[in-house]
Amino acid sequence: MLAQTGVPTPEDLAEVMPSEDRLARGPVAMAECFQNIPCDPCYHSCKRQAIKPFNDINERPQIDHEKCNGCGLCLTRCPGLAIFVIDQTYSENKALVKIPYEFLPLPVEGDIVDAVNRAGETVGEAKVVKVQSGDKMDGTNVIWLEVPKNLSMEVRHFRQKGVR
Amino acid sequence: MRQTEICIIGGGPAGLTAALKAAALGAEVTLVDRNDYLGGQLIKQTHRFFGSKEQRASERGISIAKELADAVESNKKINVLKKATALGYYKDGVLLVEQDEKIIKIKPKKLIVATGGAEKTLLFPNNDLPGIYGAGAVQTLVNVFGVKPGNKVLMVGAGNIGVIVSYQLLQAGVEVAAIIEAAPQIGSYWVHASKVVRAGVPIYTRHTIKRAWGDTEVEGATIVELDDNWQPIEGSEKDLDVDVICLSVGLSPLTELLWQAGCQMKYVPELGGHVPLRNENLETTVPGIYTAGDAAGIEEASAAMMEGALAGINAAHSLGYDAPDLNKQKEKILMELTGLRSGPVGEKIRRGLAKVTC
Amino acid sequence: MRIKEHPILNFEKGRKVKFYYNGQELEGYEGETIAAALHANGIRGMRESIRMHRPRGLFCNIGNCSSCLMIVNGKPNTRVCVEKLKEGMVVETQRGKGELK
Repeated sequence: MLAQTGVPTPEDLAEVMPSEDRLARGPVAMAECFQNIPCDPCYHSCKRQAIKPFNDINERPQIDHEKCNGCGLCLTRCPGLAIFVIDQTYSENKALVKIPYEFLPLPVEGDIVDAVNRAGETVGEAKVVKVQSGDKMDGTNVIWLEVPKNLSMEVRHFRQKGVR
Repeated sequence: MRQTEICIIGGGPAGLTAALKAAALGAEVTLVDRNDYLGGQLIKQTHRFFGSKEQRASERGISIAKELADAVESNKKINVLKKATALGYYKDGVLLVEQDEKIIKIKPKKLIVATGGAEKTLLFPNNDLPGIYGAGAVQTLVNVFGVKPGNKVLMVGAGNIGVIVSYQLLQAGVEVAAIIEAAPQIGSYWVHASKVVRAGVPIYTRHTIKRAWGDTEVEGATIVELDDNWQPIEGSEKDLDVDVICLSVGLSPLTELLWQAGCQMKYVPELGGHVPLRNENLETTVPGIYTAGDAAGIEEASAAMMEGALAGINAAHSLGYDAPDLNKQKEKILMELTGLRSGPVGEKIRRGLAKVTC
Repeated sequence: MRIKEHPILNFEKGRKVKFYYNGQELEGYEGETIAAALHANGIRGMRESIRMHRPRGLFCNIGNCSSCLMIVNGKPNTRVCVEKLKEGMVVETQRGKGELK
């Protein structure tokens, strides 16, 4: 399916998803990288060695979710923009999803935006709680979205209302 | 007649790294490029590169272009000729170059041909209308000059270039109606595909363009689904209201100079067309002529940079230049290059290279 | 048709200049290609094919394919995808093979 549509299947996602137990303990990164391609910047970006060393550059990233604290450094280094941070402990019924974002205009903190899934479909609304940008990010900004908890594994993009 | 030790044709990723490596070993280099800038097609690559840290992975192509071009321009061992077109290389070892409407004669001891590639086109009715471009052409227009090709794009081809350019069109504020791909699978890295799909661009595999519409320029396109034998399925046509059609259907190596110089060539579809036979040092069948990058076979820019480095080292070494760690340097690059090509996405390249490496 | 803001790039433009396209006065920036300046003005047709007189425009944009040949300051067969724009340039649609005067 992924190879036909660009949308990973639930089975693909199950392979890379942190455990329920780990998700219940705070922010953690999820690498939605499902293909053996020659690429390893995520490994070099992690200051906690939470991404396991590559024996072969074509290996897929293996995140040790126990070591990962969800800092999000790898999000801005992944050339595929394929890593996201999920925090299901954000509040009682909301989760936080951190998304790498390379479009303009940037949203503003407090904006209510359309929450978009991996297929490009609007699945609900999200609130922008933080916009990480600046020269150091070199164009790959990180947007923190507050989403309903049940959408934390769905929302991977957003659209600003009134912006095409 | 100008004398030079190593002349390099092409100032893209392969040519620039070849120049830097050869100069680092002590060789005196002349670099010829037909553009008024160095960097080749890197100057429009706004995305972060894949590969390993050593190959500048995660850096954007535009930053790599600047870094390499600055290093070459400030290197005293490298003489750069810009807006200079290589016209021919003759049996007496003389290379003719046109610059400012004057002919320059250069006699290099070694020649490295790193002339890159050119985009292919596709056959369909009205494929010559203004508004139909190579995907790379649109990438140049958008990322180098900041100008849009139109308002709404159909991208033909879901390989890395097609999908990456689609993403970059979105970044420029241009709508992409769809990406179509004749093959049953997306050819680009899937992470690139996922990026554009979640941004709202559908990818249709097993689809091709049936025709373009328009009188003086593109006003629309009809796409059609393909069956298992790649034949159009009648009744599956869809009309798209687009004013731009981008063709991303592969590249051909630019090999005119290699043909003219008498290098033995072979048609290798996996490498994009006719390419020169070469030995493991990247030397062609004409002694003293080396090749690297897309001219030697269409591949990614990271591979072109590594091939360029090898060709530069080998050409300089053949002139007697040496370094205590020369073999180590070569082995390291070869190892990285092998690593880059070793995965499933490098399978086609490996198959192609096996046919031309003697 | 110019990009106003871009998430990765800052476009450095040269001096604003006037040029002429089939007699019509247009504006562009010095240092950009003629093809880019024409596109910025919404003009995509560049020549007529030799036999069938079909409209042709830009295809490769790197000086390779000869799809974009125009008459520039009286000189035919100029590849406008690589020829840089200068103040007062006279750019015309090329019909046929072009003649040197």
